[in-house]
Amino acid sequence: MEYQNTLTTCIYCGCGCSMYVETIDGRITGVWPDKTNQISGGRLCIKGWNVTGFVGHPDRLKNPLLRKEGKLVEVTWDEALSQVAEKLSGIKRESGADSIGLMTSAKCTNEENYLMNKFARAVLGTNNIDHCARL
Amino acid sequence: MTNSIPELETDSRCILIMGSNTSEGHPLIASRIVKAKERGARVIVIDPRDIQIARLADMYIPFRPGADVAVLNGLMNVIISEGLEDKEFIAARTEAYAEMKAVVEKYTPERVQEISGVPADMLREAARLYARNKPAAIVYAMGITQHTTGVDNVKSIANLAMLTGNLGIAGAGVNPLRGQNNVQGACDMGGLPNVYPGYQAVTSPDAQKKFQDAWGGTADTVVGLTVMEMVNGVGDGTLRALYVMGENPMVADPDLHHARHCLEKAEFLVVQDIFLTETAQLAHVVLPGGAFVEKDGTFTGTDRRVQRVRKVVNPPGNAMADWEITCRLAQRLGAGGFDFASPKEVMEEIARLTPSYGGISYERLEELGFLHWPCPAADHPGTPYLHKGKFSRGQGQFHAVEFKEPAESPDQDYPLTLTTGRLMFHFHTGSMTRRSEKLHQEVPEAYVEIHPDDAARISFKRGQRVRVHSRRGQIELDVRVTKRIKPGVVFIPFHFAEAAANVLTHAAIDPTAKIPEYKVCAVKMETIGVKEAKSQGPS
Ligand code: SF4
Repeated sequence: MEYQNTLTTCIYCGCGCSMYVETIDGRITGVWPDKTNQISGGRLCIKGWNVTGFVGHPDRLKNPLLRKEGKLVEVTWDEALSQVAEKLSGIKRESGADSIGLMTSAKCTNEENYLMNKFARAVLGTNNIDHCARL
Repeated sequence: MTNSIPELETDSRCILIMGSNTSEGHPLIASRIVKAKERGARVIVIDPRDIQIARLADMYIPFRPGADVAVLNGLMNVIISEGLEDKEFIAARTEAYAEMKAVVEKYTPERVQEISGVPADMLREAARLYARNKPAAIVYAMGITQHTTGVDNVKSIANLAMLTGNLGIAGAGVNPLRGQNNVQGACDMGGLPNVYPGYQAVTSPDAQKKFQDAWGGTADTVVGLTVMEMVNGVGDGTLRALYVMGENPMVADPDLHHARHCLEKAEFLVVQDIFLTETAQLAHVVLPGGAFVEKDGTFTGTDRRVQRVRKVVNPPGNAMADWEITCRLAQRLGAGGFDFASPKEVMEEIARLTPSYGGISYERLEELGFLHWPCPAADHPGTPYLHKGKFSRGQGQFHAVEFKEPAESPDQDYPLTLTTGRLMFHFHTGSMTRRSEKLHQEVPEAYVEIHPDDAARISFKRGQRVRVHSRRGQIELDVRVTKRIKPGVVFIPFHFAEAAANVLTHAAIDPTAKIPEYKVCAVKMETIGVKEAKSQGPS
C-alpha cells in the first residue's frame, strides 16, 4: 500500500488556503489543512474540506468529443486536435485572426493562462482573449 | 489587494467591508477579521443585506443597492467637513484633490440619506470611526464592481483611502477580494484583451516588440474583445470561432437567453473543461481537461500571493492537463515555443517576460511556500503591501465621481430590486460544487430571499414557490422569508442552472471595465402554488 500526502492550493476562492491531499495507491482518500499556511493556519472552510469532492465524479469527461451529425461522439485526441487546428487555421486564413476569440480561465493555473495568452497572441495573432474576472 | 491578508489580523485598527459577503465568499478572510475584532479593531459593514459578518460589526449600515458612490461620497463629505482628512498625505502624495473635494462637498449626509436610505447620523459615525482608526483597511468584492458604475465605485473607494492616508502602510489599503481562486493570476498572465503578462499594454509598440522578439510573432497593437463582446460577436457572426477553456458563460453570463442565443449560432465552438457544462453541450469540439489535483502549476491568491499547485493523481481516462492540451494544439498548428516539458519551465519563461514575476521560481516557492508579487528579482523578498512611500504611477490621483442611478431601477411594472451573489457552499456556476455530494446536500436548490413585507404583499404562504420576472425572462424557485434583506430588495444566489438568476439580470455594462450589472435589476414576483412533495415513494 502506498500512502502519500501532497501539499497543494485550494481551487475554490481567492483566499489561497493550502491543504494536503492524501492518497492511498493513487486514490484520493482525504484532505488535511496545512498548519503552516499564512491564510488558513491549519483550518479550512467547508468548501476546502470538500475540495476534491468533484474530482472522481462519474460525469468527468474522459475523452475528446466531436460533433458528428448533430451529436457529440467520443474521438481520439488526434482526431479532435486536427479538427480544431484545421478549423482555426482555415478561419484565420479566410477572415483574419481577429475573427477568433478565446476565453481563458480563472480556475486554471498561471502557467495555463500564460500559455493561452501566448497561443492567442503568438500563434493565432489576436488580442481577443479574456476571462471571467468581470463575471 | 494593495495589502496582504494577514495584515488584517495583525495591523488594521479599522476594517470597512463593503459589497463583500465575506463569511460566505471568503470564509478564511472572514475569520481573520473575527480575530482582528477580538484584538480590538473596529469593523464597519455597509451592505444591502444583513450578512453574517454584519453581526460582529461595530456598525452595520444597510443601503439601497446601487447607491454606493453616494454613500462613499457622503463618508468623505463628513471626513472633510470635520477636518479628519490626512493633510500631509494629500499634499505629499496625491493630486487633483480640489476637484474631488468640489464634488464631495455636494454630498451632505442629509442628501446621501435621501439617495441611499442611510440615516445621516449613522453615516457621520461611520466616517469618524474609519478616519480616526488608522491603519484602516477597506475590503470589497463583486458587490462593488458588478454595476454599470463599477469603475466609479472603485475610484470612490480609492478616494476614501487616499483622503485618510490609508495607503502604503501595513494594515490599510484598498482590498478587492477576488471571487474565483485564480482571477488574480489570469489577469497577471495576460488573460485580458488589453495587456500582455504583467499588465504590459498591447497598445504599446515597445511591449509589442518585446513579445514579438521573445515569441517570434504576436498580435497587433489594437485592444481585443472582452467576454461579453465575444459572446455578442459569435451571435452576430463577426466572430467565427470561439475557444473556451474552463469557463461556463451559459450560466455565468448576464441575460442568459441572449447568451444561449448567441452561442447556439457559433460557427465553431471549442470548449475545454472537466465536465460537459451547459456551454460544452453547445460545442463542436469538447476537449477533456484536468482538475487542479491532476496538474502542477501555481495560483495567485487575492493578495498577490503566488503558491504552488501540485499534481496528486492522473486525469481520468484520456483527459489531459490543460497546459499540455494548449501545447499540443499549438504544435499541431506548427508553432514553435511550446515544447515545455513541465509547468516549471513555463514559469521560467513567465519570469523572463513579466517584471513583477521576475524573481518567482519553483525553487524559491519550494523553499518559502509563497511569494507576493511584485517580486522583480531572484533575491527580492516579495511585496506584502503596495505603494510604500510612492505610488507606481507617481502621485496618487483623486477622481471627482458623481452618483449615477443604476441602468435599471424598479418601477410600477417591476417594483423590486434584484441583487445576486454567492453562497458559502457553492462555487460560481456550481459545475464543481454541485457534483460534490456534501456541498450539494447543504443547499441543493435555488431560492429567493425576500423580506416579510414583500412576502405579505404577494400573499405568500409557507411552502409555496414563486415566479420571478424581469424584462428579460422568468424563473421559478423556492422562497426564504428573512428580515436580513431590506424591503423592496430580493436576493438570488446564481449557482443554479435550472433556476439561473442570470436569466433575469441585465446585460448593461460598465462603459470602462465592461462588467455586467449583476448586482441590480428590476423584477416582479408572484406565488405559484405549493411545490410537490420531494420525498420518494408513497407518503
Ligand atoms: S478553504 Fe475555503 S476559504 Fe480557503 S481557499 Fe478554499 S474556499 Fe477559500
